[in-house]
Amino acid sequence: MSLRVYIARRVLLAIPMILILLTVVFLVMRVAGDPVSAMLGAHAPKEQIEKMKEKLGLNAPLHIQFLDYLWKILHLDLGRSLIWGQRPVLEEIMEHFPATLELSISAFLFGVIIGILTGTFSACRYGKLIDHFFRVYGIVTYAIFIPWLGIFLQLIFGVYLGWLPTSGRIDPLMAPKTITGLYVLDSLLTFNIPSLISAVRHLILPTVTLGFYLSGIFTRLTRAHMLNVLQRDYILAARARGLSERRVIYKHALKNAFIPILTMMGLQFAALLAGAILTETTFSWPGMGTFLTERILYRDFTTVQGTIVFFAILVVLVSLIVDIIYVYIDPRIRY
Amino acid sequence: MIAMNRNNLLSLENLKVYFYTEEGVVKAVDGVNFIMDKGETVGLVGESGSGKTTLGLSILRLVPPPGRIVEGRVLFDGMDLTRLSENEMRKIRGRRISMIFQDPMTSLNPLMKVGDHIVETIMTHEKILREEAIERARLLLEDVGILPERFNDYPHQLSGGMRQRVMIALALALKPDLVIADEPTSALDVIVQYQILELMRKLKQTYNMGLILITHDVSVVAEVADRIAVMYAGQLVEYSDVNSFFNKPLHPYSEALLESIPNIQLSDKKLKYIAGAPPNLIDPPRGCRFHTRCPYAENRCSEVEPQTVEFERRRFVKCFKYLR
Amino acid sequence: MLFPNIISFILRRLKFKKGVKYYFTFAGFIIIASFISMALLAPYIAPYNPIKKAGDPLESPSFKFPMGTDGLGRDILSRIIYGTRIVLRVTLISMVLSFLVGVPIGLLSGYAGGKLDSIISLFMDSLYAFPGLVLAIALAVMLGPGEISMGISLTVVYIPTYFRMVRGETLSVKENLFVEAAKAIGAKDRTVMFKYIFPNIIPSLPIVLSLNAADAVLTAAALSFIGLGITAPTPDWGFDLRMGYPYLTSKIWWPSTFPGLMIVLLTLGFSLFGEGLTEILNPRLVRK
Repeated sequence: MSLRVYIARRVLLAIPMILILLTVVFLVMRVAGDPVSAMLGAHAPKEQIEKMKEKLGLNAPLHIQFLDYLWKILHLDLGRSLIWGQRPVLEEIMEHFPATLELSISAFLFGVIIGILTGTFSACRYGKLIDHFFRVYGIVTYAIFIPWLGIFLQLIFGVYLGWLPTSGRIDPLMAPKTITGLYVLDSLLTFNIPSLISAVRHLILPTVTLGFYLSGIFTRLTRAHMLNVLQRDYILAARARGLSERRVIYKHALKNAFIPILTMMGLQFAALLAGAILTETTFSWPGMGTFLTERILYRDFTTVQGTIVFFAILVVLVSLIVDIIYVYIDPRIRY
Repeated sequence: MIAMNRNNLLSLENLKVYFYTEEGVVKAVDGVNFIMDKGETVGLVGESGSGKTTLGLSILRLVPPPGRIVEGRVLFDGMDLTRLSENEMRKIRGRRISMIFQDPMTSLNPLMKVGDHIVETIMTHEKILREEAIERARLLLEDVGILPERFNDYPHQLSGGMRQRVMIALALALKPDLVIADEPTSALDVIVQYQILELMRKLKQTYNMGLILITHDVSVVAEVADRIAVMYAGQLVEYSDVNSFFNKPLHPYSEALLESIPNIQLSDKKLKYIAGAPPNLIDPPRGCRFHTRCPYAENRCSEVEPQTVEFERRRFVKCFKYLR
Repeated sequence: MLFPNIISFILRRLKFKKGVKYYFTFAGFIIIASFISMALLAPYIAPYNPIKKAGDPLESPSFKFPMGTDGLGRDILSRIIYGTRIVLRVTLISMVLSFLVGVPIGLLSGYAGGKLDSIISLFMDSLYAFPGLVLAIALAVMLGPGEISMGISLTVVYIPTYFRMVRGETLSVKENLFVEAAKAIGAKDRTVMFKYIFPNIIPSLPIVLSLNAADAVLTAAALSFIGLGITAPTPDWGFDLRMGYPYLTSKIWWPSTFPGLMIVLLTLGFSLFGEGLTEILNPRLVRK
């Protein structure tokens, strides 16, 4: 089928997915438990309970609540926070989003690049010791509990060696002018070198912590696909034409192995978000993860619900984008 | 065999290629001696597992692990290819000696445009500008009968016959002295097969390269080749010119091979086949490898391996029938 | 039905065949068995009461307290040993529950096909695409703290995993001729599913179970780490890891390090077991 039709169908598929997730979130947040007791505790005075119920609109019948919820989301209204200034949830999320984005991109690049390079390296040395090492690496990295790795790195590089900072995004008062919200990028764009250095130093440990398990996943994946591709006839044919081994590995083998790897990248995004929550909490990184866990502690129901809704939509959108990119890259589908 | 002279293109001396597998050592090519001249077309015939593909690959030193060239020499243009470094070997592959593979669908990179395959090959071996390479690639595609607008197509957009033409263009891009074609028509249907063979015949006249045509189809050899080499169980059992061969094959295996070709004119006869099965290459039988299936087998056939004998001028056969 | 399989795997492995995959499975099995033993024998091997103060707060590891004491003076080793019970309870029970829900639905959906399959798959795929931890957090927030709510959260999160796996297997087994033959002789759908298709899926089940267990241990620990798990003073690895965090800058590393290490080891045990089994049952690369 043609490209446009495929994209249209894919976009259309995203809609029921989002709806399903929004429904699930709604059910969990309203039906799985009582939001009021989750907020105020089970033994709060009756008056308070009633007031809260009114405020949250919990007295209306369930389906009305649901439609109201969907309607608001459609208008980008995720409600207002129940604490402090009662600011719109979406606003507060967007304040914290760049930090998470920066960490996620950084960790993603780290994990994927290291993973692909080591996976290719390993595949080309099939059966040798280094290959066995990376096979084990792929399995072990997954088991490393992220907060534990974070704490371990903080102890060694922060506490004992004192080389790198263990919390925060940047030294106080060093934040660059906000253009994108990504400190590294903003520092570069404004030629603010001290700011850049500080931002990078703060980014290193969280990046390694979050990207570590990702590198293991991509090592295994790349190795498996490369081994598969290296057995193909066109690789033998390429060698028979006298192409350099480097060219054969990268331009012919890796390019072909890359497509399923790309699909996996999209699928890993959801897990990356989960890992980001843990990483941010460990490093006091001011992103959406810390934001969410904080608000949970403060029992800010609407914010928690709003943030989870945001996550859901984000995940579906990213997987949609990845699927579309995938279709553009593989000429077999395009033509 | 004979010492090489100026007319010779390729000489294999006692070539042995073994595969070291978990089940044992597979002696895929076990002591092959072979010579061919410049511009000659040799049909290398044999059943599956006879070692013909391995032989072809070993000339270019592309035998995949766990296979290795264990013994012997591959003499080409005054060099022993088995002694060259990998770098030196790479300069030969695609430029002095090239190879065409059986399945054109899987032999082309699905993510690379057809024209780019050729450009890449040219630029690997010659220091010219990309534009020049593209020009040459276009001309090459024309030569093999592919319309110029297909230059930017991807392999899956072409038919099987067209893809094989691309493979041929790739093989001839740098005007090699020798082309090894491994079952070039086996994956194609009969009509296309004929077209491809015609194309190869025509190109041979233009380029005048040596051609080793590896196939299990004896009739293809009859059409195109000057000489025919028959392989059985990793050894070369007969090597002679095509006319004499089809007139009167020497080796019992060759005889049986020709007899098993269905003949339309003799429609009331049953299909003839060769009884038995090819031997296990890990543990080949003692003596002549064909003796278990040979109608002329004598006692000595099961004890000692026959030597290769020059029956007539440039007709070689490995059989006790011809040993005094 | 599963037990004979597991037993035969164990016996086969004890023959010490050559190959990394066997070492993996064996190592994984030893680790899992050790943890289970630790949990069962907790009252006999824990030197102190895990929830009572046993010494000075934050004593460094010594002969008296092999893993030191935490901020409240409790012996960390004892907390770890008893903590094994919590982790295993929550993990194993949630796995069994998601298995009991996901597998039949997967079997049914895969076998039925058509619109029913499409709808259920869409629902399960959407759920599966959603980051598990976030969903678990949402559930845990609403259900309140405690082992049971943790268990329910994990159960819901992993149902799609079992569903997808079983459905996939069902779809491929369904294509086999013997299924068509069974239907041709008039076997009821229920019979075909359970007597013909399901037994062919069984070999791949231990793999999904152990790999899923690995994931579950991590998610459970993550929930506790965030503070949504059990309530103090129950010993829980994730929770203890978090509790030890403020002391790190003072170079007091043991309250966090040991619980974290246990999480990693148990996850590793399940992973090695599952990965090793995968290699044994599906030889991956067959070189020509």
